[in-house]
Amino acid sequence: MTRTLGWLVVLALVAGLVMGFLVAPRDAAQGNVQRIMYVHVPSVLVAYLAFAVVLLASIVYLTTRRESADRIGHASAEVGVLFTGITIASGAIWGKPTWGTWWTWDARLTSVAVLFVMYLGYLLVRGMVDDRERAARYSAVVGIVAALDQPPTMLKPGPSTMPGVFAATLLVNLAALALVYVFLVTKRVALLRREEEALA
Amino acid sequence: MSYARRAWIVLWKDALAERRSKEALNALFFFTLLLLFIFQFTLGGDRERLTDALPGLLWLGFVLSGLVGLGRAFLTERDHDCWEGLLLSPGDKSAIYLGKLAGNLLLMLLVEAIMLVLFGVFFNLDVGRHLPALAGVVVLGTVGFAAVGTLFAAMTAQVRARELLFPVLLLPVLVPVLLGSVKATEAVLAGEGLGGVTHWLKLLAAADTVYVAVGVLTFDAILEG
Repeated sequence: MTRTLGWLVVLALVAGLVMGFLVAPRDAAQGNVQRIMYVHVPSVLVAYLAFAVVLLASIVYLTTRRESADRIGHASAEVGVLFTGITIASGAIWGKPTWGTWWTWDARLTSVAVLFVMYLGYLLVRGMVDDRERAARYSAVVGIVAALDQPPTMLKPGPSTMPGVFAATLLVNLAALALVYVFLVTKRVALLRREEEALA
Repeated sequence: MSYARRAWIVLWKDALAERRSKEALNALFFFTLLLLFIFQFTLGGDRERLTDALPGLLWLGFVLSGLVGLGRAFLTERDHDCWEGLLLSPGDKSAIYLGKLAGNLLLMLLVEAIMLVLFGVFFNLDVGRHLPALAGVVVLGTVGFAAVGTLFAAMTAQVRARELLFPVLLLPVLVPVLLGSVKATEAVLAGEGLGGVTHWLKLLAAADTVYVAVGVLTFDAILEG
């Protein structure tokens, strides 16, 4: 099952690369640098998805105390932090030639950076609390607080008129990265379950 | 015993303990004084630069003293084995959270009032002229700060690396509150009043509501131990 999913991920990523590098035309204004968008935008969307899953898993864990919910929250937070990191890195690489600087403290950049450190804190709680059950409870609370802390202004709509090829490329890459997310979370959840079995 | 009465008892216990020992207040007073020294030494004697940075410095001072003050909110319970006592208390545990929050809020507002006076004396901040608006902004910002702070203090009280984990968790969450508070304070100190920053005040009020609500709803899960 996961193996099939894994091959699907590979296929989707290849399709995304082909779309991004071969099918989508060179941007008239920004040149090839614009292609970073095909990684950057899907990454941040998948990161938001991941943290939404953390929020849901946290609520479910606190109300039902189901360990499976805790594992999903844990795995999703890790993958979410990974995608937030990719977002920040790709954004900086895009920003250097476009804006002339790696980083500016504008609202969106700052909010993504805050997101990054907040969920690093979530993972830190997991690492620092020895008791497994307590770590699950504490991090669930952090997962809820962190999600509610997101100011609503941050999801800026993209340019309203985007040529079809660009939008299609973006969508293919979004699907590919979403599949990567699902694959990594599935793997991580299975790993966490085994860790617990080994420790039990 | 009613819900409000149980919250009141927690507040009263903390206030009484603090009145007798004066531990937190003395230490925090000294700490704020030292902070002003640090600000002066690191920023130099340039009056103009200090005046520009004043809203930020003020909140930096609040945050730093808050980190010190809030971090120890549940240490008496931990050190004197009263955690079980809290656990065994009857009824909804969120009453304990509200009591603790009220105590922390009082302590922080007191420290902030002292700091405002000190800023007035040492940095020429005209507190008197801006007092009503400034007090409103400070209270709005402090409620949100104390609400998450109390929640996270309870959480980290039982953790080994408490001193590290508490600020690391709290500071990122505080970003919206801090942003709104500093912007509103800037407007007040510039003599513009609060008319132009109502959206920041709304953000602060919303953040306060959300944080207190989350604290009330999740405190039970933290108190379990």
